[in-house]
Amino acid sequence: MANVHAHDESNDGGVAQRKVIWKTFWILLILTALEFLIAFTMDHGILKITIFILMTFVKAFYIVGEFMHLKHEVKTLIWSIVLPILFIVWLLIALIYEGGAIFDALWQ
Amino acid sequence: MAATASSTGTVEPKYWLGGIEPLKASYGKLMMWFFLISDTFTFSGLLIAYGLVRFSFPAFTGTPDEFVFSNLYWPIPEKVYEAVPFMHGVSLPLVFVGIMTFILIFSSVTMVLAVEAGHRRDRVNVEKYMLWTILGGLTFIGCQAWEWAHFIHGTDEGSVIREFVNGQWVERTIFGANLVENQYGPPAFADFFFFITGFHGTHVTSGIVLNILIYYRTATGFYERRGHYEMVEKVGLYWHFVDLVWVFVFTFFYLV
Repeated sequence: MANVHAHDESNDGGVAQRKVIWKTFWILLILTALEFLIAFTMDHGILKITIFILMTFVKAFYIVGEFMHLKHEVKTLIWSIVLPILFIVWLLIALIYEGGAIFDALWQ
Repeated sequence: MAATASSTGTVEPKYWLGGIEPLKASYGKLMMWFFLISDTFTFSGLLIAYGLVRFSFPAFTGTPDEFVFSNLYWPIPEKVYEAVPFMHGVSLPLVFVGIMTFILIFSSVTMVLAVEAGHRRDRVNVEKYMLWTILGGLTFIGCQAWEWAHFIHGTDEGSVIREFVNGQWVERTIFGANLVENQYGPPAFADFFFFITGFHGTHVTSGIVLNILIYYRTATGFYERRGHYEMVEKVGLYWHFVDLVWVFVFTFFYLV
C-alpha cells in the first residue's frame, strides 16, 4: 500500500490518541471560559489586550499542533508553515502604525 | 556498472526519483497545508485591515456603563453583541457568540475523532463522528444567520445620528446596519463585520459541503475499498483551520 501512515500509532487501538484529543478539547474550553471571565472582570487596557492575544496564540498552538497534527510532522514541514506567518507580523505592525497615523491626521 | 536491473521491486528508493513522499506527507496533505497558508494570508489581510481602520477612529473613552452608540467613535463589541435568541430585551453580552465558539470547537473535536477512527479503518465511527461534525457546522451557520439578522434589523430603540445634509445638520433615527449606515457605530464597523464573519461563514459552508461528501463516501464504502481514509484527514485539516480562524475572529472582533 502506497499510503502507509507512519503515525505514532501504538497497538492500543488509538486509546492514547483519543486521550490527547479530549485533553486538548478541555484546554481549549477552559481557555475560552477564562477569556470570558477576563472580558468582564478586567478594565480595558493594554494588559487585557496582551492577555487576550497570548491566550489566542496558546489556543492556536493547540489547534494547529494537536488537531491539525503539525506538532508531529517533519521539522521542515513545520517551519515551511510557521515561517510565512512572519509576513503577517510585518503587515500587522505596518498597518497598525499606519492606522495611528491616519487617526492623527484626521482627528488631532 | 551502470547497467542495473530496474524492473524488479528491489530497487532502492532514491530521494529524487519518486516513490518517496517529501516531508513525509502525501501530496494531497501538503497541498492542503499550502492552500491553508494562502487562506491564512487572506484572513490576516481582512483582520489587519480591521485593525488599521479601528486605530484610525477614536475609541470610546468613558466607562462601559455609560456607553451609547455613536458614529463618532468605535463601539465596544460587547455592547453590540448582547442579544440571544428567545431572550428578547435581555442584555447578555457575548453569550451567544460564546455558544457559537463552543459549538465550533466541539465540531473540531468530533472531526479529529473521525480522523482518528479513519486511521484504524473503523468505518462505523468515522460515519458517526462525521455526522456530528456536519451537525455542528450546520448549527454554527444557523447561529450566524440569526446573528446577522439581528445585526441587520437592529435594536428596538435604534440610534439617533446627526448628519450634514444640504448645508445643515439633521437628526435621524436609524435601525440596524447595512453597508452604508450603521446604528452601532461608524459604517466601517458594520462593513468589517459583514466581510469578516461572512468570509468565515462561506468557509464553514464549503466545509460542510466537503464533510457531507466525505460522509457519503465513507457510508458507501468508498474509502474502505480504497484501503485508507486519508481524505478524512485532508478535509479535517480544512475544518480545523476554519475553527482556528474563528478563534482569531473571536478575539480580535468580539473581545479586544
